[in-house]
Amino acid sequence: MFKRLDDTGATVSLKVDGKPIRARAGDTVAGAMLAAGVEHFRTTPVTESPRAPYCLMGVCFDCLVAIDGVGSRQACLIEVREGMAVETQLGKREAGR
Amino acid sequence: MNASDLASSYELVVIGGGPAGLAAAALAAKAGVQTVLFDENPGVGGQIYRGIGTTPVRNRAILGEDYWAGAALASEARASGATIVNGATVWSLDPNRLVGVSISGQARMIQAQRVIVATGSMERPFPIPGWTLPGVMTAGAAQTALKAQGLVPTGRTIIAGCGPLLWLLAAQLLRAGAGIEAILDTTPRINWLKAAMHLPDFALSPYWSKGLALLREVKAKVPVIAAHRIVAHGKDKLAEVVFATGTGERRMTADLLLLHHGVVPNVNLAMAAGVAHRWNGRQLCFEPAVDADFGTSVHGIAVAGDGAGIAGGTAAAERGRIAALAVIQTLKPGATVPNMQMMRQTLAREEMGRAFLDALYQPAPSFRRPVGDTIACRCEEVTAKQVRDTADLGCEGPNQMKAFLRCGMGPCQGRLCGLTITELIAEQRRSTPQEVGYYRLRPPVKPITLAELASLPKTEAERKAVER
Ligand code: FES
Repeated sequence: MFKRLDDTGATVSLKVDGKPIRARAGDTVAGAMLAAGVEHFRTTPVTESPRAPYCLMGVCFDCLVAIDGVGSRQACLIEVREGMAVETQLGKREAGR
Repeated sequence: MNASDLASSYELVVIGGGPAGLAAAALAAKAGVQTVLFDENPGVGGQIYRGIGTTPVRNRAILGEDYWAGAALASEARASGATIVNGATVWSLDPNRLVGVSISGQARMIQAQRVIVATGSMERPFPIPGWTLPGVMTAGAAQTALKAQGLVPTGRTIIAGCGPLLWLLAAQLLRAGAGIEAILDTTPRINWLKAAMHLPDFALSPYWSKGLALLREVKAKVPVIAAHRIVAHGKDKLAEVVFATGTGERRMTADLLLLHHGVVPNVNLAMAAGVAHRWNGRQLCFEPAVDADFGTSVHGIAVAGDGAGIAGGTAAAERGRIAALAVIQTLKPGATVPNMQMMRQTLAREEMGRAFLDALYQPAPSFRRPVGDTIACRCEEVTAKQVRDTADLGCEGPNQMKAFLRCGMGPCQGRLCGLTITELIAEQRRSTPQEVGYYRLRPPVKPITLAELASLPKTEAERKAVER
């Protein structure tokens, strides 16, 4: 859906659902995922339909993912960090996450 | 900066690091007011100057000179002595100006003598069939991706809606080398008649020549099609956009659909603090009732920038300065400050063209008050029909509607459905949005984990109260 205008700059590597992706330092998690071609960020708790970022500015919450074990984080507001483990979220949040 | 580095109280807390927040913090701090600015994004700039100072977009022509003007604001704020904290989510603000903020998982309660809420605007909900599909985004989202990360859409992109930002985004995407299949222009024809009376003022405003140049630039490269009904189709993601034109239905395959119907104030924090809001019939949204200095119904809390009613980035900065000046006059009466009259003049000039834009780009009722299975509340997946039927059953307002349908109770806390629900209820009950009102909002206005709450420092007395 998106490509990078400029591919230079420091890179950071993180994992999305176990798969390694490379991001640009300073990317938000959502931006890095979109650039890596991730199409679905979560499924909804009600009908389990797929969602991806809608607003990229912190208001819609469709970008919710689990980051380093903490569920329902807004991927569009959080900056990537080396070694970050991101998981897309399925349906309801599981207890303890 | 960590939460533990914060003082327990500040003379001024500014919430939001867009033009209003940056200008307010800079002016106040320079006058000696002890100021902290909290912003939830990784960097300052707000949405309009998103990524200023860090954007990978080096060719200045792509984003345009208006964007780069943000650099001066940001460096002024940085040099002012204000403490600027990014990645700081404000989840609570009460009428006594106690601010709940969370920074990298650590929460703190900060007492402020004065608060300037500069949380800006968000895009108006655009509830059409299929608007929850991956591949459907707001125009602002694409703009954010471009500014902050240098991301450009690939594949078939369609832009739909109306408003000045739509044309700006189209121009920026084209300059960045993206292809745009079509712009579906939803401006209702009748709006031209309503806007005509405001044309003389608009012709004198800074928007006039800039706007015309943008229109020309975009129309030379992209087909613009008038459309009055738009549907996004696809199974797991967008595949096709179907739209109604004056000459019948058309369909286009698409990978990305960018929607835009103007921006509206982001009211959640101010409303949760108890600030009185009213319906703006011209901009079709709720906005805080403010005085000439952007003070609100709650003592010591001001709302500046687009959060106080949409007027654009330059106006936002002036509003921020005016709000800051009021703070300086109370807390540091001796300080030397710039001339308030000049600020008010710039503000007036900026606000001048607004009436024309508001009238011309008022989205059609069918795009604000959906019907049938179209989703009104994205989080809880509540349809327009459910809301209308429940209103017919006697449900009088948005808060009761929550109890019936759970609309507005998902993670976005009503941000993406609030206006739709209010307008739907008003229509079904033959009432007005002012009469129907908005969701009652309560803190926390952003989700916060128990661990974050538990990280709040406790006093000896508080600990004793729960120990036996
Ligand atoms: S994409 Fe809307 S909140 Fe992140």
